[in-house]
Amino acid sequence: MPTASALLQYVISGATVGSTYGLAALGFTVIYNTAGIINFAQGEFVMLGGMLAVFALRWGGVPLPLAVPLAVLAVTVVGIMVNRVTIRPVRGRSPLTLIIITIGVSILLRGGAMLIFGKDTFALPAFSGGGPIQVGGAALLPQSLWVFGITLLTVLGMKFFFEHTLTGKAMLACSSDRKAASLMGIHVDFMVTLSFAFSAFVGAVGGVILAPITLTAYDAGILLGLKGFAACILGGLGNPFGAVIGGILLGILESLGAGFISSGYKDAVAFIIMLGLLFWRPSGLFGGSQAERV
Amino acid sequence: MKSQVLRNNAWLLAFAAVAALPLVLPNDYYLTVLIVGGLYTILSIGLNLLMGYAGQASLGHAAFYGLSAYTTGILAVTYQWPVWAGILAGLALSSLVSYLIAVPTLKLRGNYLAMGTLGFGVIVFIVLNEATSVTGGPSGFTGIPKLSIGGKEFSSDLEYYYVVWAAVLLLFALSRNLVRSRMGRALRAIHTSETAASALGVDTQRYKIFVFVLSAFYAAVAGVLYAHYVTFVSPGTFGFPTSILLVTMVVLGGMASLWGAVLGALFLTLLPEWLRAIEHFDILVYGAILVLCMMFLPGGLAEGAQKAWDASLSLFRKKGAAAEEGGGQ
Repeated sequence: MPTASALLQYVISGATVGSTYGLAALGFTVIYNTAGIINFAQGEFVMLGGMLAVFALRWGGVPLPLAVPLAVLAVTVVGIMVNRVTIRPVRGRSPLTLIIITIGVSILLRGGAMLIFGKDTFALPAFSGGGPIQVGGAALLPQSLWVFGITLLTVLGMKFFFEHTLTGKAMLACSSDRKAASLMGIHVDFMVTLSFAFSAFVGAVGGVILAPITLTAYDAGILLGLKGFAACILGGLGNPFGAVIGGILLGILESLGAGFISSGYKDAVAFIIMLGLLFWRPSGLFGGSQAERV
Repeated sequence: MKSQVLRNNAWLLAFAAVAALPLVLPNDYYLTVLIVGGLYTILSIGLNLLMGYAGQASLGHAAFYGLSAYTTGILAVTYQWPVWAGILAGLALSSLVSYLIAVPTLKLRGNYLAMGTLGFGVIVFIVLNEATSVTGGPSGFTGIPKLSIGGKEFSSDLEYYYVVWAAVLLLFALSRNLVRSRMGRALRAIHTSETAASALGVDTQRYKIFVFVLSAFYAAVAGVLYAHYVTFVSPGTFGFPTSILLVTMVVLGGMASLWGAVLGALFLTLLPEWLRAIEHFDILVYGAILVLCMMFLPGGLAEGAQKAWDASLSLFRKKGAAAEEGGGQ
């Protein structure tokens, strides 16, 4: 029988990693809602967040408290550029074409990262010192607290943005009906740009807070992106807060699976859950009933 | 009339060219590349039936490719099955599994098949890596016998080249007939509007399931041919990047165009060979070509080739007309 403290330990470490899945999933959702496409470069935004922070610190000699926001800002700019250069000039094409473009972009970003940073694995120092804190027999890393705090802040900030600002409401309007939104005088192109900025921003935040715990490398984005996508389905595609909860839940289940079943199959957990949901509850846990059966 | 005849029989000409190609190749290395290109052609023709004609995407097609390759390999080596029996089992297993995935996901409207296959593909990849006692794990599964039919072993590259391209020819002809049949029209109707198609009496779900299983079957054919050619399989060949590569072949070649599938597969097989000269930067060039083609050539290489052909034809005609006019005066 697993002890309560072991269980708690798995939940804590799962929720930490899951926060990043959740933020990646949030990024998927925001772009899906405004532009109607799945952005396969999302995982690369997460990877770039961690990698750029490492390199600002090592090569640029920038102190950590500055390197982290700088990296996030740089990735946000990358997100805007991706939309400006590759998506916006061909807007209106079939979603599949746009999705393949994002796949091409992900190859470019990954290749660029490999050329610039090399193939090694890097670690970012923890945001604050101090040993693990004991909670009910489980060890809680100070970095986990940073992860939970920053994720919570990001989600609250987003909630405020979507519910209390005009721009946020305009973005929501795009997600329910782009054409109607455009007829109401909403600048849809700008909203799409904003959604790319947003999703690069949350992706990079997810990457940079996790980098001290799981290390990072040029190809770390592939799996993180796929799991973020699975989290999206878990939360119900198109539901931003469902996505975040879905990510955290996924992280916890994965960690429990690794602890109690087999660590080799840890990465499969997310996708088994995803398949199960598609078969039995395709609208996700929080998605209402938008999946239409024929 | 003449051009119609040419168009209808263009594929025969192309395959005559394929048959003659080994005679002019500078060395055997190209033969290997073309065998692999043939396998990718089979994969992308199958996937194009699904994506281009039925409008559904599979993001885990490499899993069906791998499943049949591993099945035939494991049955031949571990269980000492005859090669043909292993091949049949591989084809059957991939088709069966694709059916099991298709039934629940294709009940839903939207791209749920894409998500289901994505998840399935990753799971298969992980199982191939982790079930070491059965699959050999990350280092792969070795010692698979060469293909042999009725005592004839196809061991040389040249023989195998013809085996693979004979399969390409067969499956191409099958697909060509399929898309021109009642079935093909039904699939295109589904692609345009599922509601309209079903209102007109098309059993949309049954057709979608059929074409998905068929495309998985094509992938399985490529898988068994791969296993008995390379005689070694490892998980890396059948992962998510391969699935993405296949989708890219289809879209880059041109959706709903069988010729496009052939062009896309061959182009993306040869491209890395050409890019080898600029090692390290090849991945950047690869990504850039992908993005640029998608941005500026939305109908894919098939449309590009068609345009270039039409342009050169009209240029030729103009010249001819000008010459005639000049002669008349």
